[in-house]
Amino acid sequence: MSVEYNADQKIPHPAMWGVLYKSSTPFWDGVKEKRVMLQRCKSCGYWLNPPRPMCPKCRSQESEWVAAKGTGKIYSWVTFNESPHSAFKTPYEAVLVELDEGPRIVSNVVGINSDELEIGMPVEVTFEDVAEDLTLPKFKKVG
Amino acid sequence: MLQEYMDRKYRTDNKPSVEANLIKNNVAIVGIGQTQYTKNSGRDELDLACEAIQNAVDDAGLKMSDIDGFDTFILDRLSLPMLINSLGTPNVRFSCEVSGGGGAGCAVAVHAAAAVATGQADYVCCYRSLNEASGHRYGRGDDFIEYMPVALTPNYGYIWPLGFVTPLGWAGVWGRRWMHEFNITREQLGWWPVVLREYAQNNPEATYFGRPMTHEDYMESPMIVDPLKLHDCCVNTDGAAAYIITTVERAKDLKQTPAIIAASAQCCPIEQEIQTIYQRPSISGLVETWYVGQELYRVAECGPDDIDVAQLYDPYSIGGIIQLEELGFCERGEGGKFVEGGDNIRIDGKIPCNTAGGLLSEAYLHGWNLVIEGVRQIRGTSYNQVKDVELSMVTGGPGVASSGIILRR
Repeated sequence: MSVEYNADQKIPHPAMWGVLYKSSTPFWDGVKEKRVMLQRCKSCGYWLNPPRPMCPKCRSQESEWVAAKGTGKIYSWVTFNESPHSAFKTPYEAVLVELDEGPRIVSNVVGINSDELEIGMPVEVTFEDVAEDLTLPKFKKVG
Repeated sequence: MLQEYMDRKYRTDNKPSVEANLIKNNVAIVGIGQTQYTKNSGRDELDLACEAIQNAVDDAGLKMSDIDGFDTFILDRLSLPMLINSLGTPNVRFSCEVSGGGGAGCAVAVHAAAAVATGQADYVCCYRSLNEASGHRYGRGDDFIEYMPVALTPNYGYIWPLGFVTPLGWAGVWGRRWMHEFNITREQLGWWPVVLREYAQNNPEATYFGRPMTHEDYMESPMIVDPLKLHDCCVNTDGAAAYIITTVERAKDLKQTPAIIAASAQCCPIEQEIQTIYQRPSISGLVETWYVGQELYRVAECGPDDIDVAQLYDPYSIGGIIQLEELGFCERGEGGKFVEGGDNIRIDGKIPCNTAGGLLSEAYLHGWNLVIEGVRQIRGTSYNQVKDVELSMVTGGPGVASSGIILRR
């Protein structure tokens, strides 16, 4: 089930986590342009997700940001029946999507009912402007 | 480490010698103390801590001035300077605040034991004090914005705007994956909370003492964060608990049967955060718990069949049951079947678990109550005493940097 928001409450903005926001700025800049950007080690190709300065596999500090296709599968999910924060109306789902490239990202669904959601369901990204200064990547059924 | 875990091959190339382990059989827990566990203490955390620590010191047969070290883990709201100012401990020369949240439930004991074994301190007090029920509740979103240190949670910005907050949500995702991959049913999950509630009926200090719960009650309880129901989740507690660690040599002059540390372990694996372990090849198991188990068995030179009783850090039912798999009490994916009907984890079962009621029915004292119950089982003073306990295991929380100890007589 899609998330609905309480209009009088501010949705937590990623910039609230200042220093860490910096490392994920390419991701959020990408979202503004309707792309899902992922960090990858330039040397060995290991996905650095969430972003980090050094590759844990080969210790290279050279990385690049690449655009994902935006398609993937539902890997798992939870339904919040009690709201953990005043901005979110319940019930809603938080899903873990395994992108076709491999990395998994946390998101919400759009236009998928709770009872039709299942592990392995193919999904594709869609972008929702949830506040004046915040666009979020969410996922809908393919096709 | 992740590959070792996937292949279930523990430390094939680098095994530190057991003989060189300074903690093994040299360090013991010698005093335990707690306050009442309530829903509204009406006192502040500092006040509660002083009472629990005094109780632990008295239990050990020590004087407060003997305590020269303090240890806890992050995310509490207690000022160590004010604690020292209140207790009047004149010789404090060791203090430690371990990372990892509930995963450090036993790491605190590990670090205190290391300090004692290496002469950094003689008597380390491990303490925890919380007003979780009446005050600051860890599982609530707004509190997390205010209090969770960013050092623990590098990807907050990636999950908060999506409403993906609170430990229940984070664990629910790997919990559902585990249930999906191994056909674990909700009915099976329910046996963990039900058996723990049975234990709590014999423990007058437990939150749920006098309030039994049937499996039907569990099934009818509301869904909080699907797949987790209300009774899959830990209680909220106001209270404090403390225990004292010293050498086995010094323990000889003290009041109690020492609970000797036969093995201790901590694991901080790759691709872990705040239970958001989602980039690992598999999220339907817990590498940190597996690793802790392997290291505990290696150092204590025993296996799961030798453990007489276990206290597994269970902020929610799934966390307890998956640990049974990772610690080798049952096969991987068999946890649901293992707890079905409850007998395997009851007092005469294969591995009696969380015998004071655990975090679900005794108290959510961030694992301190589990360590204390682990000690009681060694002393023979549990409200649900398992017969002839030789080895008593305690673990830290699942899905974060975790830890564990094996205690012996």
